[in-house]
Amino acid sequence: MVDLWLQFLLTLDATCRVATPLILCAMAGIFSEKSGVIDISLEGKMLMSAFAAATVASLTSSALAGLIVAIGISVLLGLLHGLASVTLRGNQVISGLAINILASGLTVTVGIAIFQQGGQTPTLERDERFRPVELPLAEQIGNFPVVGTIYKEVISGHNILVWTAFATVIVTAIVLTKTRFGLRLRAVGEKPEALDSAGVSVAKTRYFALIIAGVLCGIAGAYLSTAHGSGFVREMTAGKGYIALAAMIFGKWQPRGALLACLLFGFLEAVASRLQGVQLPLIGAAPVDLILALPYLLTVILLAGFVGKAMPPRAIGEPYIKER
Amino acid sequence: MAQPNEKPSGETSLPLAIDLSNINKRFGDVHANKDVSLQVVSGHIHGIIGENGAGKSTLVSILYGFYTADSGSIKINGVATPIVNSADAIARGIGMVHQHFMLVPNFTVLENVMLGHEGGLRIDVAAQNARQTLEKLSADFGLDVDLDMIIEDLPVGLQQRVEILKALFRGAEILILDEPTGVLTPQETERLFDVLRALREQGVTVLLITHKLKEIMAITDDVSVMRAGQMVAHRKTFETSPPELAELMVGRKVVLKVDHSPASPGGDVLVVADLCLNSPGSAGALKDISFTLRAGEIVGIAGVSGNGQSELLDVLSGITPPSRGGFYIDGRYISRKTPANPAILRDLGVAHVPEDRHKRGIVLPFSAAESIILGYSAASDEGEGWWLSPETLDTHCRRLMQDFDIRPPNPKLVSGNFSGGNQQKIVLAREISAQPRLLLVGQPTRGVDIGAIEFIHKQLIALRYAGCAILVVSVELDEIMSLSDRILVMNNGQLVGGLTRDEADERRLGLMMAGIGADDHSIWASR
Repeated sequence: MVDLWLQFLLTLDATCRVATPLILCAMAGIFSEKSGVIDISLEGKMLMSAFAAATVASLTSSALAGLIVAIGISVLLGLLHGLASVTLRGNQVISGLAINILASGLTVTVGIAIFQQGGQTPTLERDERFRPVELPLAEQIGNFPVVGTIYKEVISGHNILVWTAFATVIVTAIVLTKTRFGLRLRAVGEKPEALDSAGVSVAKTRYFALIIAGVLCGIAGAYLSTAHGSGFVREMTAGKGYIALAAMIFGKWQPRGALLACLLFGFLEAVASRLQGVQLPLIGAAPVDLILALPYLLTVILLAGFVGKAMPPRAIGEPYIKER
Repeated sequence: MAQPNEKPSGETSLPLAIDLSNINKRFGDVHANKDVSLQVVSGHIHGIIGENGAGKSTLVSILYGFYTADSGSIKINGVATPIVNSADAIARGIGMVHQHFMLVPNFTVLENVMLGHEGGLRIDVAAQNARQTLEKLSADFGLDVDLDMIIEDLPVGLQQRVEILKALFRGAEILILDEPTGVLTPQETERLFDVLRALREQGVTVLLITHKLKEIMAITDDVSVMRAGQMVAHRKTFETSPPELAELMVGRKVVLKVDHSPASPGGDVLVVADLCLNSPGSAGALKDISFTLRAGEIVGIAGVSGNGQSELLDVLSGITPPSRGGFYIDGRYISRKTPANPAILRDLGVAHVPEDRHKRGIVLPFSAAESIILGYSAASDEGEGWWLSPETLDTHCRRLMQDFDIRPPNPKLVSGNFSGGNQQKIVLAREISAQPRLLLVGQPTRGVDIGAIEFIHKQLIALRYAGCAILVVSVELDEIMSLSDRILVMNNGQLVGGLTRDEADERRLGLMMAGIGADDHSIWASR
């Protein structure tokens, strides 16, 4: 029994680690999409910043420097997306797709040019990564039943970026509902002309949202290559940006819903990797592929309208044009 | 007849809230405002009247900073002021109630009013302050509205109040209203006018844009008339009259009344029996609609737009199949199980002039000759078998252009380049020339100038004399009342009542349109 409890806690612990980039990207997606800009470039921004973080960390031996450059690169990509889709009123999906393709090609090309390791960065050393941090008292109370074990196994022992991700959710929720910027952000995605006629710039509000999304994707990317992993591998995001997008939709563009969806998706992935090769009673080999496919199936089912109604921001995908 | 762009005379002693001179604005080839000048006396209700496309909306959009003028100057309260965006206009004390409301549908009233004027980074603090200010404004001007309601749950009349509150909250001393009554029932319009009078008493200057003569006469102190992008006249309202204004708007004498003798209806053409339409969400559903339409009779359907009229036309024209019940055309039953598409109905003698002519009436990039045979291209005289004959098309189109006074009479001209009135005549010519048994007409004169309205109404009456059954759906009550032999009123997807031509007056129709009597829980019922 104790052993099963520990197994469960370890799975939750893994869930937190797997869900971190999803949570960061989903919050990024909420900012972009609440402002009315479709953001499929979460994937590309995360990939590019993962590469930038690992490269800079490797060259400067500083994980923090890597993180800062990663955020910078990701914000630049966000601004590029804004230039194409807000200022030049291009198609937001195509602009996002272009960023993804750009990231996919550029990371490998530049990676080979710098390190000559087939697009990978060298394996990062201790100081070049964000290390897990044991919270105070984790060892002392770690043996207390339930509360103590949860504290030690699930809450403690992560790197700072994991906690950052969870904090981001709270901050996002507060910004959206309690601040002036949040009010304007929600308005611009629903009815940009209302904001315009109230004397607030639609373009500025959207750019600001895209910059915030860029920062969050940058952190997610840095997490992948310099905290969760120890170096950049080509295509290392492996569709996580799209899963985050799905989680955001699953969570109905709300921070809490998106968080729960990310945790669910993360949990399924953690379970799948724990069950790899395990023989279950009655079923036989664990259906790992099926478990991994569940997030996608759930998203499709949601979008088809079976699990409540997903209401996207009304003006999403439409460039704002004032003059006829 | 006044000269174009005449200057207002005298009045120099009164302080001017707005002083525009020689405003010009072009959109591509269209010269929307030509040397427009306008002087509005502080504390007056000033009307601008003109037909659709006369440039009224462009002018006030320039004043509110939505567009910038190509040239010309703007003085507000005597001070020259460049207005390049809405923030400038708001800062100068100008507020605007747009024709299409600028409200975020899923926000509360309070959030909408605060938006862009929060007065701090945190909105919970701002909300408390705003609530106090708004409660005072509501009391001062009789603008009651629940601040915590979600906008999309409010009737349009109340949404409009929110727009007015929004402007006042931002400190507006000059309030512009662009076609504010288009979406209101007559009672709601009266209430709006009460609010405007209260505003005037408190010293607010009101600029009212409309194409309805009656409203100008009812509420304004001064009136300016626009035609084809130019300001053609300024009058004091008590010195002018509807016929004079109509003449100034159109540029020639207009007959405002149509000749309408009692109908002598024949047999039943359309019998609608317990017709229902389900639709996702409650809006747009039809509930148990039953009525009969006879040959040689015009039945008008009145109602505030969005109460199921469009859906009724869609079902009767075969675009949407009914969910339950159905209707008979000359005895043939159409229902969910025995559906009919528009082509089948056309063969049964049903013609349809759709509400939205750009979407469904014509194909904008097609030539007039092509648009004028849409749906009837299989008829034998337009070509031989599979082939369209350009010559026959051309002659056919020329003939109809002459009969229906379509200008310019050029079959090759692209449909989108005709004026609204002439586009509507193209659709009418097509449908009427098919000699239908039943004609369904949605918004016969929406976006059509007064001259063309007169012509279209005459055509419909003539068709009635010829024995056609005509169903007219319109949001213009005057139009319904002047054309119809009988009037049915729709509210919330149901027919809530019917009146004969003689029984109908605005007050009775207005109450029925608001659903009073049919729905006692109506938001207006308690007032």
